[in-house]
Amino acid sequence: MIFSEQLPILVVVVPMFIAPLLALVSSSGRLPWLIATATSAVTFAIAIGLVSQVMATGTIYYELGNWPVPFGIGLAIGPFSALMVLIVSGASLAALVAGAQSMDAEVGPSHQSLLYSCWLLAMTGLIGIAVTGDAFNIFVFMEISSLASYVMVANGPNRKSLTASFNYLVTGTMGATFYLIGVGYLYMMTGTLNIADMADRLADVSDTLPVLIAGGFLVLGLALKAALFPMHAWMPNAYQFAPTPVAIFFAACSTKVALFVMLRFEFVVLLPNLGEQAYFLSSLLIPLCVAAFLVGSAVAMFERDLKRMLGYSSVAQIGYIVLAISLASSAGVTAAVLHFFNHALIKSALFVAVAGIVLRFGTANLDQLAGLGRRMPLTMLGFVLAGLSLIGVPLTAGFISKWYLIQAVLEESGLGILLTILILTSSLMAVVYIWKVVEVAYFKTPAVGKLEDIKRHEAPLPLLITLWLLVAANIWFGIDPDFALSLANMEATDLFGGNP
Amino acid sequence: MTLLGLYNYWIYIFLLVVGLYAVLVNGNYVKRMIGLGIFQAAVFLLFITMDKVDGGTGPIFRGSPELDQIFANPLPQVLILTAIVVGIAVTALGLAIAIRIREEYGSVEEADTRRLDKQA
Repeated sequence: MIFSEQLPILVVVVPMFIAPLLALVSSSGRLPWLIATATSAVTFAIAIGLVSQVMATGTIYYELGNWPVPFGIGLAIGPFSALMVLIVSGASLAALVAGAQSMDAEVGPSHQSLLYSCWLLAMTGLIGIAVTGDAFNIFVFMEISSLASYVMVANGPNRKSLTASFNYLVTGTMGATFYLIGVGYLYMMTGTLNIADMADRLADVSDTLPVLIAGGFLVLGLALKAALFPMHAWMPNAYQFAPTPVAIFFAACSTKVALFVMLRFEFVVLLPNLGEQAYFLSSLLIPLCVAAFLVGSAVAMFERDLKRMLGYSSVAQIGYIVLAISLASSAGVTAAVLHFFNHALIKSALFVAVAGIVLRFGTANLDQLAGLGRRMPLTMLGFVLAGLSLIGVPLTAGFISKWYLIQAVLEESGLGILLTILILTSSLMAVVYIWKVVEVAYFKTPAVGKLEDIKRHEAPLPLLITLWLLVAANIWFGIDPDFALSLANMEATDLFGGNP
Repeated sequence: MTLLGLYNYWIYIFLLVVGLYAVLVNGNYVKRMIGLGIFQAAVFLLFITMDKVDGGTGPIFRGSPELDQIFANPLPQVLILTAIVVGIAVTALGLAIAIRIREEYGSVEEADTRRLDKQA
């Protein structure tokens, strides 16, 4: 038994076993945070190991308990799964390092060890979804991560976090149940739950009604989980009222995991087996995506709360990703995978900056943040640079994903030009809402006192370091996108059998 | 099979729609949890129905081939056992949040919580 062969299961098991132990630690000091951070760091290290293995040898298959697939549960880690694991564990590590002080400010000391325990469970679930090759296993992991997430949202400092969490719970459960119905229909037709096996067996029953219905339920359920417009209402609330570190973690990865499952089902299971109906699925999703990024960006322009604004901006970004997925082309998959990675970098940087602002000002409402640029110059500069990346300015990671998205869109002849115009419109709206923050931060005088009188009061050092590492990553991957691009290309090649 | 012979599936669809309606339309947090419970129960029924084989028994070998010809599929039952556990966890957590909402707002009606949030 070689250690490196066990990495696929260790990446799930390590946070899973630490989580209940953490719940037993009733210490109210730094210990729970330290354990959670150390676990995230170990998981992140395993994820790096997995990515390098996948880059060297292609998809890793792992049979749990040595039971042969499809009788046992198999893990299958392709390039995209490995990237997803890297994003989840990295986001967790960044949010914990940056958010230690915010957590102290927002959550009572007696609740912290339990909250960190939920944090690790959420991470277990999100990583589990990424690595498993079994459709029902995805449901179980999805519910593990969701239940832990509801608890974390409900622990926010404002009582509105309770209603936000309740609505999140109802929507999330409905989404998961729809997903389960979809899996049920596919199981009826194929008698298997292993995704790869399912794809093979569906070939015999392709283009039948139950498969079509399964497709509908799966897409509906996952769209609810992923907060695709018009099923996004729970998300900005959850981001706004959750404790800020939790918002950093979620913003980077939690809805994306549902999109990851959607991509897997669409390409591996459904599209090859829906026949004529495949176009129907795309033509249903594309208008929703367009509405998502137009409405998301438009609402973000008018939001005064920074967390909410970023939440609506995420609605728009999800629109871009699903648009890329629903093009059902090799270029589309490349664009989707790239934007998964880049958006995680962008949004976590933005939310880390917001965490610093909330920590020092006690609010994320723009009306009370005048003079921000003088009080926290480094934090604010980080926010602006990450904002530029969100808009898609050249030399940032955001530019790379927009560039590939537009290239993929332009492959569709007539529709492509229209979609490109719409994407650019939405990007212009992003300019407006990032500018809105810049205006308040640098050019507005605070209600009390003069602009010159404001004392400098930066965010704590760990937060600043995390922020600037993320910003540096945004610029690094904007200049040299090879890392994410090579994984994205590998995934596209895997899905389309090498002929793009 | 006739349309009526598939009555299990009719019940499943009926429960699904009733549950969904209760979740979406109701403004009371506890009643919404009840709706969610019905909604999930519908799916349990779907899975349990699909594994039924006419004349099938549990998959236990009893030695003689005549007795052991048809087996019902045990896998969906195992899946649903897991799904029921998940459902209980969701219900427990949802009700716990409803209790916390009542502690903070003094009501479990969505209309009241909205009104109180606006006043604050």
